[in-house]
Amino acid sequence: MEQHAEVLRGARWHLRQASWQDLAATVLVLGVLILAGSGVRQMVAPLEVAHQIRISLSPTALPLYTLRTTIRMLAAIAASLAFTFIYATLAAKSRRAEMVLIPLLDVLQSVPVLGYLSFTVLFFVSAFPGNQLGPELAAIFAIFTSQAWNMAFSFYQSLRTVPRDLDEASRSLRFSAWQRFWRLEVPFAMPGLVWNTMMSMSAGWFFVVASEAITVDGLRIRLPGIGSYVAEAIREHDLAAVAWAIVAMSAAILVYDQLFFRPLVAWSERFQSAPTAVPLKPRSWVLDLFQRSRLLRQLIGPVAAGMETAARSRLSLPAGVRTLGRGMSYSRIADAMWYGLLLGLLVYGLTELAHFTRVQLSWDDVVIAFRNGALTLLRVVVLVAVATVVWVPIGIAVGLRPKLAERVQPAAQFLAAFPANLLFPLVVFFIVRFKLAPAVWLSPLMILGAQWYILFNVIAGASAFPGDLREAASSLRIRGWHWWRDIMLPGIFPYYVTGAITACGGAWNASIVSEVVRWGPTKLTAGGLGAYIARMTEVGDFPRAALGIAVMSTLVIAMNRLLWRPLYAFSERRTRLD
Amino acid sequence: MNLQSSPPLIELRKVCMDFAKPSGEPLPVLADIDLALHTREILGLLGRSGAGKSTLLRIAAGLIRPTSGQVYHQAAPLTGPAEGIAVVFQTFALFPWLTVIENVEAGLDAFALPRREARERAQSAIDLIGLDGFQGAYPRELSGGMRQRVGFARAIVTGSSVLLMDEPFSALDVLTAETLRTDFIDLWLEREIPTTSVLLVTHNIEEAILMCDRIVILSSNPGRVAAEIPVALPHPRNRMDDAFRAVVDDIYEILTSRAVASLAVPGQLHGGLARPLPRASVNQMSGLVETLAGAPYGGRAALGQIARVLRLEVDDLFPIAEALHILGFAELSDGAFRLTAAGRMFAHGGIEERKRLFKEHLLEFVPLAAHIRRVLDERGRHRAPRVRFESELEDHLTRRDVEKTLRVVTGWGRYAELFGYDDQAQLFHI
Repeated sequence: MEQHAEVLRGARWHLRQASWQDLAATVLVLGVLILAGSGVRQMVAPLEVAHQIRISLSPTALPLYTLRTTIRMLAAIAASLAFTFIYATLAAKSRRAEMVLIPLLDVLQSVPVLGYLSFTVLFFVSAFPGNQLGPELAAIFAIFTSQAWNMAFSFYQSLRTVPRDLDEASRSLRFSAWQRFWRLEVPFAMPGLVWNTMMSMSAGWFFVVASEAITVDGLRIRLPGIGSYVAEAIREHDLAAVAWAIVAMSAAILVYDQLFFRPLVAWSERFQSAPTAVPLKPRSWVLDLFQRSRLLRQLIGPVAAGMETAARSRLSLPAGVRTLGRGMSYSRIADAMWYGLLLGLLVYGLTELAHFTRVQLSWDDVVIAFRNGALTLLRVVVLVAVATVVWVPIGIAVGLRPKLAERVQPAAQFLAAFPANLLFPLVVFFIVRFKLAPAVWLSPLMILGAQWYILFNVIAGASAFPGDLREAASSLRIRGWHWWRDIMLPGIFPYYVTGAITACGGAWNASIVSEVVRWGPTKLTAGGLGAYIARMTEVGDFPRAALGIAVMSTLVIAMNRLLWRPLYAFSERRTRLD
Repeated sequence: MNLQSSPPLIELRKVCMDFAKPSGEPLPVLADIDLALHTREILGLLGRSGAGKSTLLRIAAGLIRPTSGQVYHQAAPLTGPAEGIAVVFQTFALFPWLTVIENVEAGLDAFALPRREARERAQSAIDLIGLDGFQGAYPRELSGGMRQRVGFARAIVTGSSVLLMDEPFSALDVLTAETLRTDFIDLWLEREIPTTSVLLVTHNIEEAILMCDRIVILSSNPGRVAAEIPVALPHPRNRMDDAFRAVVDDIYEILTSRAVASLAVPGQLHGGLARPLPRASVNQMSGLVETLAGAPYGGRAALGQIARVLRLEVDDLFPIAEALHILGFAELSDGAFRLTAAGRMFAHGGIEERKRLFKEHLLEFVPLAAHIRRVLDERGRHRAPRVRFESELEDHLTRRDVEKTLRVVTGWGRYAELFGYDDQAQLFHI
């Protein structure tokens, strides 16, 4: 899912030129997905999980479940951070690695997160047979895939845009590579990284809930957590339990935000190298507490000092290793070998893919997948359009009133973070109750969680809209339709596009869990690509599940490339003054 | 001062630097630079923007490697940033996430000192540079002057004998810059800082004369050493002294003769078509013409005088003066500036009269404008893509000069109503 929190922070989002590399990366990702999926399936004898965990529906069990869910989130963040540092640094420092890693990242973030899940669950379960660790790691990996790509992108872009003067200063002061990383690069990237982590986190709740209770190839997996609590509640059609889960989730998100992210955002303000368009200076009582309380400061003091010493020690690499960096060895032969290797891999991937497809799939399958894809695409487009019509005017109205925006913005961010799949049972309950047509009435579930991205991006855009332009417009007495067309809509357009991209990505992802829903014994299917993938995963038809995922990725990538990016580039060119 | 006896601290021999043109051909920005920085001297490097001054400083700092030529630091070849060379940056280059004292300590990171010793040395540099009391502040809390003091402290704490300063005062307001200059000169004269040689890059003529023992003037495109002027005035120097003013006038004369010389050879550049145009708007030109035409100048003034009265830096004044020179509204020579007959007419004309005059002169003296118009006239629909002219210019100019020149000619052409330009479609039209 593409998310570009950079824009919200007032930074410019730099578009990468699409090229043949993207196509190659797509082949690579799809190839690995399909091969891994089918390979794992063949390797593994009957899958089994140690013992089925019984999920209690008592509300008193909820705090512990919520804690388990939250810990999974934390573990995923730690993994994402480690991945980010390594992957992005490699891409930024080595020209050859960059050529592969960045297009790969671009494709990876377009693959629906829940798509990975069917394969990774198999992989992890077979890696730790009869052990709860397998599904546990699979869930963490699902959250990881919802965060890592954004964070890596953000960090990579920061590394490539380190201001020239700071770069020269640190070179002139002869920082070692280690010092440069911790003293210059990480601090410089910090605000963007924190923002992106926070945004990814919002998406993460959705996936952690979805990945705790899934069925892969007839194997029911239940991890103790809020997601399986809700799944159990659905099975027992216990509406009260669903309500309890919603309360617990809200509390968890609020606590996480207050204790973890808000302090982090407020703290990362110090790394801001230039004033940004963020209208509100983030504050955090937790951070204030830590900074003002003597006791806490004394507790933290030694830790901070230790970290600083570590960051400042030189840890130079031997001279031989150091020359591996960017621009050092430009030898033609090495380049040729590298290209040759890539080409070989690509050809191998293509032939394997072609072979596999011919054996396992027929053209009919492709047609069916694409037909389903068209249905889901239609849903996404209609829903994003509806959400736009509803939320853009409201977002502008709110954003132009700073007092109101101050209150609504956190609420919108909270709603965006809230895993909408917890709310599904409520909607399904009504559909069942009033016997509504599932093909139509299940659709709004897709946008339930994603629509808030449009709202809070538009609010951010309207808040950042220059006051003098508004005054000029009102002194020229520009009103009504003209005001919207000439003043406001162009002004918020880049923000809107950012929000809409995220909302679209969210809707695609949500389709996998929202096109097929249950309420007790009742199962509602809306049709579409999400339902297709979900069904194939459940029965263990991995070639077709992979096909579905490939089709979805293709549609997402196509939409980004053909619609959103040109729109974004256009709006950026139009709204620039210099 | 007997400087030649000991070997220079930094020496550049036959240094050339090329950047790549868009076409891939090398574009020389520095050519055959010989430069020596001796012990106990402040050497000024003066030139207009684009003369390659900062590039030269970065070569001396070991931050970039010259295309050809040698750089020596204390008689040994310089291969990268070295101990004993410190840089002060125009933009201060402070780490925003570190406090004042942490920023100064960062200067010692490379020495891997014990924490305690690092802190002590940073503290004494802070005391010396007048930052005491600001240790715990973050750069964003400081004024520009205080920030640059941190920049100085960070350079000085390294104990370097060579200090390379890249326009260190040009981001500061006039009064702050004056204070920092004076404070630095005091420290230097009292020998309170470990620095024994300074290379100061500046485009501010008075600043160079105020501080330096020797000034090297760089000409532009490519940068070459155009002249070298020793400044033997005693400190503290006063910009109102006649001797001081005489040096200012000397330098303006050198700069104008260089400017005129570079404007006079359009023939070689694709029939004058690919001459880079100076960044000057019609409003600026009108303003300068009106000033010159009015009292007390009566159509003629020394550039030094105009610069002082209008408070224009060399880089602001010269492009406008050159534009007027190119367009035949004024003549530059010997550090002075004279309106032509057309210039006087322009000064006294109304809006329409000015536009008409401007259009005539644009067609006559700016081959690129005439060329664009001719192409548009020849084409059936009177449209031509910008790319067409871009690629013509790119064979001769840098990417930046192409960009600038097209922007300037678009502005002039629009004013003269010679042609229009559609930025969305990137299209010239009539």
